[in-house]
Amino acid sequence: MATLGTSAVSTPTAQAIYRRRRRGNGILLTFSFAATIFGLAWLVLILAALLYNGFSGLSLSVFTETTPPPGSAGGLLNAIVGSLIMTVAGVLIGTPIGILAGTYMSEYGRHNQLTTVVRFINDILLAAPSIVIGLFVYEVVVAPMGHFSAFAGAIALAILVIPVVVRTTEDMLNLVPNTLREAASALGLPRSIVIRNIAYKAAMSGIVTGVLLAIARVSGETAPLLFTALNNQFWSTNLNGPMSSLPVTIFQFALSPYPDWQKLAWSGALLITITVLALNIVARAFLSPRTSK
Amino acid sequence: MTQTATTQNGLAEKVSIRNLKFFYGQNLALKSINLPLYEKKVTAFIGPSGCGKSTLLRILNRMYDLYPKQHAEGEVLFDGGNILNPGQDLNLLRARIGMVFQKPTPFPMSIYDNIAFGVRLYENLGKAEMDARVESALTRAALWNEVKNKLTASGLSLSGGQQQRLCIARTIAVRPEVVLMDEPCSALDPISTAKIEELIDELTADYTIAIVTHNMQQAARVSDYTAFMYLGELIEFDETQKIFTAPSDKRTQDYITGRFG
Repeated sequence: MATLGTSAVSTPTAQAIYRRRRRGNGILLTFSFAATIFGLAWLVLILAALLYNGFSGLSLSVFTETTPPPGSAGGLLNAIVGSLIMTVAGVLIGTPIGILAGTYMSEYGRHNQLTTVVRFINDILLAAPSIVIGLFVYEVVVAPMGHFSAFAGAIALAILVIPVVVRTTEDMLNLVPNTLREAASALGLPRSIVIRNIAYKAAMSGIVTGVLLAIARVSGETAPLLFTALNNQFWSTNLNGPMSSLPVTIFQFALSPYPDWQKLAWSGALLITITVLALNIVARAFLSPRTSK
Repeated sequence: MTQTATTQNGLAEKVSIRNLKFFYGQNLALKSINLPLYEKKVTAFIGPSGCGKSTLLRILNRMYDLYPKQHAEGEVLFDGGNILNPGQDLNLLRARIGMVFQKPTPFPMSIYDNIAFGVRLYENLGKAEMDARVESALTRAALWNEVKNKLTASGLSLSGGQQQRLCIARTIAVRPEVVLMDEPCSALDPISTAKIEELIDELTADYTIAIVTHNMQQAARVSDYTAFMYLGELIEFDETQKIFTAPSDKRTQDYITGRFG
């Protein structure tokens, strides 16, 4: 043990240890940096490929004309509108269910066994392969109805939306400090008002972010739509019939041998990516005033 | 153990605590407390950390009901009824027995709405009446002059001391009969603390107040009666002046002279 007066750091052993630590630090830092670059490079490559192949095909006709037969000109209008309709319907069905369930778990059942079980199952649902969801909806909706439909597609998307919204709603409500709930209860406010006017208000940006992330997640889903809404070469807004969607159209066109279909597939892929990117950025913007506080 | 048997001074008991026991799960946190809160007086609860003073305060508006596995036994009489009765309407109880917390907790809404929010629930006031109510609550909480030009600003934009006065204004705006304060100044600077202590003094004209504090000078300054608690027991309850000048229990004396705690 070093006596008082001589600084322990200035002994030769201490300096050797210190040098070794610096070396170790340098090596690990290099590895971490390389790993980061490696991970990011793929994202950059994907974006570059999308821009390179998709951007040239982006023209007004993509947004104004429906999907063409092979060999003729056309656009993606029916696919874009179909995606919008099914995504909006799926989010409209899934969001209220997700928010209500998340509210129950955080506000009423926080100490319940039921909540623990529901959270566990919800996490499984969150990680479930979307093709399984597609098959499930095929079995319970498409098969009994006897035909593919946009309605079934919306249900499949809703099932994907629910776990995301449940999770974020519960997490965000759990972040609302209990002192705030106590303060509201101490004024004699009933539980329902404490939740609606205080807890929701405090967790609002987080819950909205959850919904946006859910939209971003489902807007690129192909598998669940393949088994439910199928696809439609023609303009259709009929919820009770097959409906076109961007991901399925991309899937079909990209695998086709026709160059003009492949070009449209690239443009569609670029559109979806930009949409998802924009949703993520907006979601981040919603959260940032909270985190920066 | 000395108990309620102080001077039969003719004061009305706004709240009477009788043989109160409190459990966190199996854990007995309060052992048979007997204590009065006299009407329009300030009663301070003092004692070392973990002695149960906050627990006691939180029983008086049944705040513990928000959490599972906590329960109270005994009686807390408020205007003749036992508030521990399972049938007690908690929202009505809490509207009549208000509470101010250790940390300021403004709601995420405007200053005006922070005050009006609780009032709207129990009263149907017109715009002018509500404005007057908000102003009078803020005035009584010594905050009006600082915020009268920015009532629409968020309650969160105020300083800590202002936020706490906003919380007091919010509590008295619903016109409770009893105000419970759980270390209301512990997060505040000395100037804000002085303002709130003055405020407590003024509020006794209308309200019965119970205050938990770690600060013995504060207890001596603001309270009329003091209860000294230790390890879940009420050791001594008496007029504040007597507790601080001639306590009858050795433990009280040791605590207020700083020998332990």
